[in-house]
Amino acid sequence: MDRSRYGVDVLVVGGGNAGLCAALDASKAGARVLVCEKGILDYRGGNSRHTRDIRYRHESPDAYTTGRYSAADFRADIERVSAGLEYDRELADLLVEESASLPDWMSAQGVRWQGSLRGTLNLHSSNAFFLGGGRAMLNAYYAAARRRGVEVWYEAEVVDLRIVDERFRSALVALPGPRHVEVEAASVVVCSGGFEANRDWLRDCIGDAAEGVIVRGTPNNDGRLLRLLLDHGAAPVGDARSFHAIAVDARAPRYDGGIVTRVDSVPFGIVVNREGCRFADEGADLWPKQYATWGGLIAAQPDQIAYSIVDSKAAGRFIPVAFPPHAAASLDALIETVELPPATTRATLTAFNAAVRGDGSLDLDRLDGNHTEGIDPPKSHWASAIDTPPFYLYPLRPGITFTYLGVRVDADARVVTTAGTTLRNVYAAGEVMAGNILGHGYLAGLGLTIGHAFGRIAGREAAGDR
Amino acid sequence: MTGDDLVLRAARQLEICNACRYCEGYCAVFPALERRSTYAAGDVHYIANLCHDCRDCYYACPFAPPHEYGINLPQVLSEVRAQTYRHYARPRGLARLGGWHGVNVARAALLGIIVFASLAVIVSGPQAVTSPHPGPGAFYDVVPWLLMLVPALLGTAYVLLGWVASGYAFWRDSGAAGGAIGPAELGGVVADVLSLRFLRGGGQGCTYPDDRPSMARWSLHSLVFYGFGLCFASTCAASFQQDVLGQLPPYPILSAPVLLGTVGGVAMVAGAAGLILQKRGSDRRAASSWMTDADYAFIGLLGAASLTGLLTLAVRDTSLLGVMLVVHLGVLAALYVMAPYSKFIHFVYRVLALVRNRGEQALEAASRAARGVQL
Ligand SMILES: Cc1cc2nc3c(=O)[nH]c(=O)nc-3n(C[C@H](O)[C@H](O)[C@H](O)COP(=O)(O)OP(=O)(O)OC[C@H]3O[C@@H](n4cnc5c(N)ncnc54)[C@H](O)[C@@H]3O)c2cc1C
Ligand code: SF4
Ligand code: SF4
Repeated sequence: MDRSRYGVDVLVVGGGNAGLCAALDASKAGARVLVCEKGILDYRGGNSRHTRDIRYRHESPDAYTTGRYSAADFRADIERVSAGLEYDRELADLLVEESASLPDWMSAQGVRWQGSLRGTLNLHSSNAFFLGGGRAMLNAYYAAARRRGVEVWYEAEVVDLRIVDERFRSALVALPGPRHVEVEAASVVVCSGGFEANRDWLRDCIGDAAEGVIVRGTPNNDGRLLRLLLDHGAAPVGDARSFHAIAVDARAPRYDGGIVTRVDSVPFGIVVNREGCRFADEGADLWPKQYATWGGLIAAQPDQIAYSIVDSKAAGRFIPVAFPPHAAASLDALIETVELPPATTRATLTAFNAAVRGDGSLDLDRLDGNHTEGIDPPKSHWASAIDTPPFYLYPLRPGITFTYLGVRVDADARVVTTAGTTLRNVYAAGEVMAGNILGHGYLAGLGLTIGHAFGRIAGREAAGDR
Repeated sequence: MTGDDLVLRAARQLEICNACRYCEGYCAVFPALERRSTYAAGDVHYIANLCHDCRDCYYACPFAPPHEYGINLPQVLSEVRAQTYRHYARPRGLARLGGWHGVNVARAALLGIIVFASLAVIVSGPQAVTSPHPGPGAFYDVVPWLLMLVPALLGTAYVLLGWVASGYAFWRDSGAAGGAIGPAELGGVVADVLSLRFLRGGGQGCTYPDDRPSMARWSLHSLVFYGFGLCFASTCAASFQQDVLGQLPPYPILSAPVLLGTVGGVAMVAGAAGLILQKRGSDRRAASSWMTDADYAFIGLLGAASLTGLLTLAVRDTSLLGVMLVVHLGVLAALYVMAPYSKFIHFVYRVLALVRNRGEQALEAASRAARGVQL
């Protein structure tokens, strides 16, 4: 096998948001930077190409947002989603501080902005939306990197790291051909995302249910580098066995289906499993607060499949899905469009309709108290009889967004070992270390904030190791 | 592919965009598609004519080919516009002229030149075409005034009627969703058109011809647009001088017709050349080949019309005047004849789509105000 050598100052593994932030700031600090990106050019930037907004601290409404989002608000939100589980408060404070400068930094790289998208009003005061979404943002970063002379290799998978005495020496990079290059660098920044696209690893977390899960983002994030770092003694952080997952359309592609597969119809009606039975409270909380629980709920059902059933009262009330719903003029006909047991499903619907109390108004902006009585599980809000044709049905599967497990880092984004020492010239940024702050739960726009803040810190520090 | 297949294919892409909305801030296409949840043929044609082919969304889209969703709005909407142009071309009977294709346009220009050359030779004699013509009325020594005026008037009437009929048919089909359109909306459209607002993107221009945003396309299109306006003004000034003041052309260099025509002509030639160069270097993946051909044919024809006009001016004191004038008139004749069947028509549908869009925006703003929602 042909194996050549190559030398740079800073090697960045992964060309997503975190990787490019690291590369740009390392280059600004004077380092010669190489980014190794596993994807092809058209798919560069992993999950970051599916994003659209970023959360950051701003003490007053500004050019990007309509409201104030203070450091205290930001910290309180992180605390709230931690739900009492451990997270690194020092890093969280650092993140909140650093986040204030993000939009201006992004603008300086050529990123443009737009008002918050329709249907995302709950985010418009805390989060800024970049024009065109994540791929446009990445295009701006790659263009800035090109201007700075940052080198990028596509279809370049880092397959091994040589770390001796807690010090990184070189990385083995597999390129098309196939050919391998040993890249020596003064430091390495690992920005290779989580392990959500690794079915075997997912199987360790949820058993055979892993097969029925749809991966919303890139098939490239297989956690190889995460595993390597853990094997080299990095301390794990975050919930090792769980992940963020939402309800997506079961017709979605297995990978990279992106935002358009998300189904928001759940609170408007009922959700049944393959047996035709309800299994969870569709109106437990405001939808932005409960939607992320549905991935897990569906993953626990037989075959990891479920069906959201609504009637015409729900039509046009939520952001549409890429796939048109099954539709029928009667509930019986609707049930027949998919493999649901007719009798049980019909009985579930009848029982639900009979249990509905309240005015059936379906005001999703508030907890309206329209609930059911006498059925289990109950529906606590937005209970409204499913009785107005045409009727619609969306088949659902769990759609995994990202995994929580990561490596511990210090305030310089340097990787910390289980022994409490650091791997001196090894840095991590983005999803691969997000578990330090977001060990479970979800805060919209935080993934990018973490990647930006720690990517830039890592880039600057890594440049200093020359 | 039949028209219906194309509409379905475009509608499918619009459905996915409506589930995504990431490109909402790029152009009027996205708010317009978000106001709908289904896309009938009329909607698709209307939305397609809101697209100015800037390619912003193509480079931004995580679902562009090779992704299995295959989202490529600039391409599919170009194909739909191509269908708009063909489907609504009026008078229908002459649609076979097919000014969409470079070959047909070149043929038409050649035929025009032959016709005017023959007329000149028959009416004024071969001598008139090949010798210099000092003094007032020079042009008319070659081609008599009436032989210019009558075709020009008939041609203008034919073009205007064709455009109006096409526009009407398009407007009728593009649906009833639009709100009330009053002076404010129309004023807004005029401002949009005069500033070529959408070609500016958010201030960074179009992602065209490659994946970097640039204002070049806006500048070049503005040159052609305003150059055309100046040439039109030049013609008006000339007819004022001739018919009102009784002064026969050619006019001195420092007269309104010559100055306006020269500046306009140079702008058009420069703009057309720039647009062609840009197109040659542009990303074919986001283009429809039919439309590319139509673009070349039209820009080429406009460029040739202005170039031959400038040359006629340049050689007006020499023995080449006759030949140049005949060539210029021939090219102009092709421009006229093809006007309803060439990319020239694009502005008709574009302006109407912008009008409908303003109406929809007004309707939406009103209903938002009624609900007390602040955005
Ligand atoms: C549909 C969707 C929408 C989202 N929306 C938002 C949002 O709006 N806001 C937000 O903040 N977050 C959002 N997220 C989460 C967000 O995508 C992540 O938090 C963020 O993109 C992580 O960035 P990253 O750079 O760490 O990883 P990625 O962007 O995934 O980049 C990792 C890169 O590493 C490469 N790679 C992996 N292994 C190797 C290897 N061995 N060698 C070389 N390269 C390798 C991959 O190809 C990939 O390009 C969303 C996620 C999804 C799936
Ligand atoms: S073009 Fe792509 S990114 Fe833009 S709105 Fe449509 S699907 Fe979304
Ligand atoms: S190509 Fe430009 S104008 Fe056309 S839909 Fe995309 S962003 Fe809008």
